[in-house]
Amino acid sequence: MVSVNELREKIQADSSGEIVAKYLESIEKNRLNAFITSARETALSQAKEIDAKGHAGPLAGIPVAIKDNISTKGIRTTCASKILTGYIPPFDAHVIEKLKNAGAIIIGKTNMDEFAMGSSTETSFYGPTLNPWDTTRVPGGSSGGSAAAVSGGEAPLSLGSDTGGSVRCPASFCGVVGLKPTYGVISRYGLISYANSLEQIGPFAASVRDVATLFDVIAGHDPRDSTSVDRKVNYSSALIDDVKGLRIGVPEEYFGEGTDKNVENSVRDSINTLEELGAASVDVKMPHTKYALSAYYIIAMSEASSNLARFDGMRYGLRTEDSDWHTTFSQVRAAGFGDEVKRRILLGTYALSAGYHDKYYLKALKIRTLIKQDFERAFKDVDVLIAPTMPYPAFRIGEKIDDPISLYLADVDTVPINLAGVPSISLPCGFSGGLPVGMQVIGKHFDEAAILRTAFAFEENTDFHKRQPEGA
Amino acid sequence: MITKKDLEHIGWLARLELSEEDIEKYTPKLNSVLDYFGELDKADTEGVEPSYHVLPMNNVFREDIPTGSLSQEEVLSNAPKSQDGFIKAPRMM
Repeated sequence: MVSVNELREKIQADSSGEIVAKYLESIEKNRLNAFITSARETALSQAKEIDAKGHAGPLAGIPVAIKDNISTKGIRTTCASKILTGYIPPFDAHVIEKLKNAGAIIIGKTNMDEFAMGSSTETSFYGPTLNPWDTTRVPGGSSGGSAAAVSGGEAPLSLGSDTGGSVRCPASFCGVVGLKPTYGVISRYGLISYANSLEQIGPFAASVRDVATLFDVIAGHDPRDSTSVDRKVNYSSALIDDVKGLRIGVPEEYFGEGTDKNVENSVRDSINTLEELGAASVDVKMPHTKYALSAYYIIAMSEASSNLARFDGMRYGLRTEDSDWHTTFSQVRAAGFGDEVKRRILLGTYALSAGYHDKYYLKALKIRTLIKQDFERAFKDVDVLIAPTMPYPAFRIGEKIDDPISLYLADVDTVPINLAGVPSISLPCGFSGGLPVGMQVIGKHFDEAAILRTAFAFEENTDFHKRQPEGA
Repeated sequence: MITKKDLEHIGWLARLELSEEDIEKYTPKLNSVLDYFGELDKADTEGVEPSYHVLPMNNVFREDIPTGSLSQEEVLSNAPKSQDGFIKAPRMM
C-alpha cells in the first residue's frame, strides 16, 4: 500500500499517467472482483491532462476508487443492482466535483451490496468481492469493493458510504482505515439514497493521515443537500501524536455475548496502549444499545421502501415488456431487485403501513432518541469512546447469507453510531487467526478532530496498519 | 405475524410482483425478522419524543431564483422509452 505522499513523489518523478495505468491494470486483472467498472478511458485522459498542464490540487493525479452508489458523470453507476442496467449519470455527485477540483483521478466504480443493503458484499448483482487477506472470506460490506481495493493494492484511496456500518465494517475486515463522519458533514448530493437520515459518504485509505487528506477534500457545505452543514475545518491539522489527558470511555455493551475473544483482547490491549501514551480510560454505560439493531433496521427499511420507489423503469434502468401502469412497475421491480432488497422494501412498507406505523416505525424513532441520549450522557465525561468495530473478523463467503438475522447481528456495534449521527473511525488494531481486527473510535457530533487525533497517535505508535495481505 | 395473504397485499403496496415461490420463500424469513423486532416492545418509551433527524435542523430556505438544470437531451438520455421529447410510460388502464 502506497501513501499519498509517496504517490505525489512518484507522480513528480514519473507521471500521473503511468501511475494510473498501473492501477488500471491491476483493477482489470480482477483478482478480487472489487470493481464493477474500470474507468480506463476517462481516467487516462484526466491523467494526461494533469501531466500536460500541471495541477495545484491536493490530490493532483492521484487515483481514487468510488463506491458504485455515488453518481459519476459519464461513468455507469449501478448500485450493484440489475435495475440500474445501462444507467449513466448525466451529473457528478458533490464529492466527485470536489475530487475533480482537487485533481483526483476517478479510476473506477467499486462493488458493493445491492443498494448498500448488506454487510458482506455478497448481495451484489455482479457477484461477491473477495477479502484480500483470505479469498474464501467476505470483505465486509456494504462498501466491500472500496475497502478491498485499498487493502489489495488496487487503489490508494476510495470512497464508500456508511448507513449502519458500511464503511467501518469492510475497513475492519480488510485491515484499512475508514471514517464515517458526523451526519451532515459531507454532502449526499449524488449519493443514491438507501436510508437518507442515517447515511454519510466516508473515505478509506491505508493510514489515518491519508483518510484525513481525502476527508479534507470531500467535506464541506453544499446547498443541494438540505442536511449539509456549513463548517470550515482543516481535519489534517488534528493529526497530532499526543493523547496526554485524553479521556476514553469503554462501553461494556459493545463487548457483549458473541464478541470473539481475540477481538475483545485486541481492542482492550489497544486501549492499554493509548493509556501508556498518556490517555485515561473509564467504563461507561450505554443501556439502550441492546435495542439499537432493531430500531436501526426498522428505520433503514422504512426509509428504503420510500427511497427505492423511484426505480420504476421509466426514467432510467431496466424496463420490461409494457402492460398497464401498475403491472409494468411491479414487473420491472420484480425483475430488477435482488432478494435482500425485496425483503427490505417489503418489511419497510409493512412497518409504515396503516395499523403498524406506531408499533414499528414510531417506536424505532423513540428508541433512536434514547440511543442518542446514551451518547450525550457518555460524552459528558469522556472525549472519545473505543469499542470493537465488528464482533468478529471476516466470515466465510456463504456462511451467513441465507439467514438474515445472523447477518444483521454482525452490525450490532456499528448501527448505534448512525442512529446517533456521531462520527466514528475504524482502524486496524490486531489480528485474529491471520485476519485483521478493527477498533472504532467514536466522537461527539462534529468532533472528528478528537477521533482523528486518537487514531493517528495509536497508528504512529503501533505497526498493525503496516501489515499487508499477500498479493497486494 | 405476516400471512401469505398479507405479503401479497404488501407486495401490491410496494409495487413489487411476487411469485408463488417468492411468497413461500419470503414469508418465514420476514416473520423471523419481525419476531426479532418484537423485542422493542420491552423498551419503555413512555413520554419519549421520536427523533426523525439527529441534528437540530429546521427547514432550509433559499431565494426563489432559477438555477441551472439538466437539458432535455440529458434527461432523456437514460430513459428506456421516449418519444417526441417525452418519457414514454405504460398505459394507465
